Amino acid sequence: MRAAVLVFPGTWSDSDCVYALEQVGVPSRRVWHRETRIDPDELVVLAGGFSYGDYLRCGAIARFSPIMSAVQAHAARGGLVIGICNGFQILCEAGMLPGVLMRNASLQFRCQDVHLRADSLASPFTQGLDPTRALRVPISHGEGNYFADDATLDRLEATGRVAFRYCDASGAVTPEANPNGSLRNIAGVLNEAGNVLGMMPHPERACDPRLGGDDGNAIWRSVLGAVGVSAR
Amino acid sequence: MTVDDHTLAQVAMSRDEYARLLDLLDREPTEVELGMAGALWSEHCGYKHTRPLFKHFPTTGQYVLTKVGEENAGAIDLGDGWCAVFKMESHNHPSAIEPYEGAATGVGGILRDIFAMGMRPIALLDSLRFGPLSISHNRRLFKGVVAGIGGYGNCIGVPTVGGEVQMHPAYSGNPLVNAMCVGIGRREHLLSAAARGVGNPLVLVGADTGRDGIHGATFASVELDEDSDQRRPAVQVGNPFMEKLLMEACVELAEQHRDWIEGLQDLGAAGLTSSAVESANRAGTGFELDVALVPRRERQMTPYEVMLSESQERMLVIPKREHLDDVLALFRKWELHADVVGRVTDDQMATIRDGDAVVARIPIAVLSDPPQYDLEPIRPAELDRLHAEDLEAHPDLAPAEASAAVLRLLGSENIASRRWIFRQYDHQVLNHTVVRPGGDAAVLWLRGTSRGIAVATDCNGRFVALEPRVGAAMAVAEAARNVVATGATPAAITDCLNFGNPEKPGVAYQIEQSILGLSDAARALGTPVISGNASLYNEVPEAAVLPTPAIGLVGVIEDIERHLEIGFHAGDTVVLVGAALAQPAQTLAGSEYQALTLGRAAGRPSIDLGLEVRVQRLVLDAHRRGLLTSAHDCADGGLAVALAESCMAGGVGLRGGSPDLGARLDAALFGEAPSRFVVGTRDVAGLMELARAAEVPAVVLGEAGGTVLAIGPVALDVAVVVETYERALPDLLSGVDSE
Repeated sequence: MRAAVLVFPGTWSDSDCVYALEQVGVPSRRVWHRETRIDPDELVVLAGGFSYGDYLRCGAIARFSPIMSAVQAHAARGGLVIGICNGFQILCEAGMLPGVLMRNASLQFRCQDVHLRADSLASPFTQGLDPTRALRVPISHGEGNYFADDATLDRLEATGRVAFRYCDASGAVTPEANPNGSLRNIAGVLNEAGNVLGMMPHPERACDPRLGGDDGNAIWRSVLGAVGVSAR
Repeated sequence: MTVDDHTLAQVAMSRDEYARLLDLLDREPTEVELGMAGALWSEHCGYKHTRPLFKHFPTTGQYVLTKVGEENAGAIDLGDGWCAVFKMESHNHPSAIEPYEGAATGVGGILRDIFAMGMRPIALLDSLRFGPLSISHNRRLFKGVVAGIGGYGNCIGVPTVGGEVQMHPAYSGNPLVNAMCVGIGRREHLLSAAARGVGNPLVLVGADTGRDGIHGATFASVELDEDSDQRRPAVQVGNPFMEKLLMEACVELAEQHRDWIEGLQDLGAAGLTSSAVESANRAGTGFELDVALVPRRERQMTPYEVMLSESQERMLVIPKREHLDDVLALFRKWELHADVVGRVTDDQMATIRDGDAVVARIPIAVLSDPPQYDLEPIRPAELDRLHAEDLEAHPDLAPAEASAAVLRLLGSENIASRRWIFRQYDHQVLNHTVVRPGGDAAVLWLRGTSRGIAVATDCNGRFVALEPRVGAAMAVAEAARNVVATGATPAAITDCLNFGNPEKPGVAYQIEQSILGLSDAARALGTPVISGNASLYNEVPEAAVLPTPAIGLVGVIEDIERHLEIGFHAGDTVVLVGAALAQPAQTLAGSEYQALTLGRAAGRPSIDLGLEVRVQRLVLDAHRRGLLTSAHDCADGGLAVALAESCMAGGVGLRGGSPDLGARLDAALFGEAPSRFVVGTRDVAGLMELARAAEVPAVVLGEAGGTVLAIGPVALDVAVVVETYERALPDLLSGVDSE
């Protein structure tokens, strides 16, 4: 498997994603947003950052980039897509995932470690995770407060499309463990087919014990397991 | 042209300086020439009052690659072909007027200094000073500055990993906002900011030029007064998104196409004027620049305005002629405007045209030769009075009040947890950050190697005010200790010299003595000055700021997997290294405890640089031998606060027993004598033996364990300590005004 890490003007987690993928043995190429080609077996990564400075609205301009048509087509034929932080915002703006990311309830940017619990194992990104074990992964965002109407949230929960929830170190989903006010502590959601994931936390930062932990690698390893490649 | 006082005041040029300009030119300057000379001869650009003292700085050392003054920032060698560049710069006056944009553009400016050298910025730090947070205006400035730093750094994607903030009444109305940036890269990718190669084009890239920030350099060179608010147009507005594109394009140029360009220079204070003149001066060339070719965002700008605009996010590139098209294409790929605005000449003149008309033609030598003033320092008489004050005469702390006093310090605005600040900063992006904010120094890993760097900023203005030469030396020593506490060897420093009006004899004394003290310590500790910045005229009508020579220090770690952190581990023996437990009352001079109990600073701080060097070497040696499990500098708030911080970081208590704390309980617990560390060890005998051999005092304090911090009469549940320490700043910032 190979990864295509998208670079929009203002993206800054691209090099971190490349590094994290290296740690689990996945080679990647960086794809400038004006390109239009994505290979069918590639894992598409929309990395974190402030695409177009977050001007207008997070992700609102990036969704019009030329590469996004290819991303839509890739997802439609079952290809894997993960959007992290600003990438999640772009996927929501592009209509590829339900809901929106609003300003944090604190009205401030937050950079800190949080804990995540896999809520649904019905996706390549989560199938290899242990739902009883909390993953320690950092967040870094000002607008990560997940919102959707109740009917949408009910539907997401009923169909196994809540990928991750914020929890405490023991795995308990509590209001105190919610860093940004997201409804129902939702940290990541899946599309209907389960091949597109959006999440606010940064697994690519929790990729090396020397940088404070490597819990994030479990997500990449899960993808590798799902496509039948053994992880490094 | 008849020059009236108003015109001269606008460019902050005195009558005498104007006469000097007439003399050098042998004619009257044009309007544009006067503006250019005024900006480059300003204190901010020309260092008129401080340059003569720079000769005292040690500037060479085993790590130094690029010396101070040679380029936009200094560079040090990290080994294996890697190097680091770093610099600290002030953005005080803009932040006093417009805290968000002032701080944001301060960050933007220091970033450009670093990537202008072809290096990738990997760390930002901020040294901040405000008036007391009990006053709503200071809280507004504080929150605005923090938001501005975060707004710029988070968006551009460079982590803000450290810094410090102190409050003191002397900074009310004139906050200090000093931003430091560290960049890394390969030695062969280091760029120069020189306009070499006659006939090579000058390319202006980035933002369009507007009227923002005109006279910004001048504004930074006068005192703030009631009318300063009307200077708001002199404050620039930042666009971190544009700068992100500029940064990527410039780093790509350096890393992949070093051979395409001769020079790269940022546009900072005095905009096009200073960047073109400085780069020509560096190369010994001249330049011709046509303002009509400069893309603008406003109509009907005059040549004067174009040359002095401080619009942000612009760079001047000097490509080799044959690679002009390649360079333009690279910037186009990054969706940036780039335009040829002039060319390098061999006449050592700055020639500015507006289409066909020549609007300025002035020798580079005149512009690069600002007047220099010898300071006229007079030692303020009050220093002798303050030194003579008998600190032993103040009543000692009662043992029964010791625990409450520890909590009071931990909850004070100068010591309380900075989490409220740094959780708003992305401190991890780029995956280099090993030790996050909250420790003694940030540690960053040079991925792909076993090495790392440690970075800290420091300065306690109260010490400097009491005895400038000693206080400045203490700032260098503390920065070095912070870096040593992570296991790093101090390598070099940058300084940001914040003072009041240098024309006042008392301030002149502070400046001169501080530079001497800074040099004393830098020489003793082997940390040469590789870059710096001076910010004078930090005064409001009421008073000047505390003399604040802020120090940024970078150290080198050989093995990143063996760095040290401040937290205790249960079972470790805790040792105070560098001093005995008992301390005289004189060590309270300038301390936080004194400020809280006496309401002012008095006494005479002191430092023994010989001991300082021995102590730092001992800690590094002990670490090399694997004797240490934690290390923490003992500074603000003294021993008690250092112990509390190590307990909190480790989530463990201290069984400190009842050692002999000497005649002064307050001094033993809260004295701020320098040259001390609190360390954890599993080999007490080995450590004590090493200390004896190094002639460094060391005393065992107890064992880390349990949930209570106990030392002498102090007994505190660590959970209570955490609660006090963490809640203080959020509470203070949401607090009710006590004006």
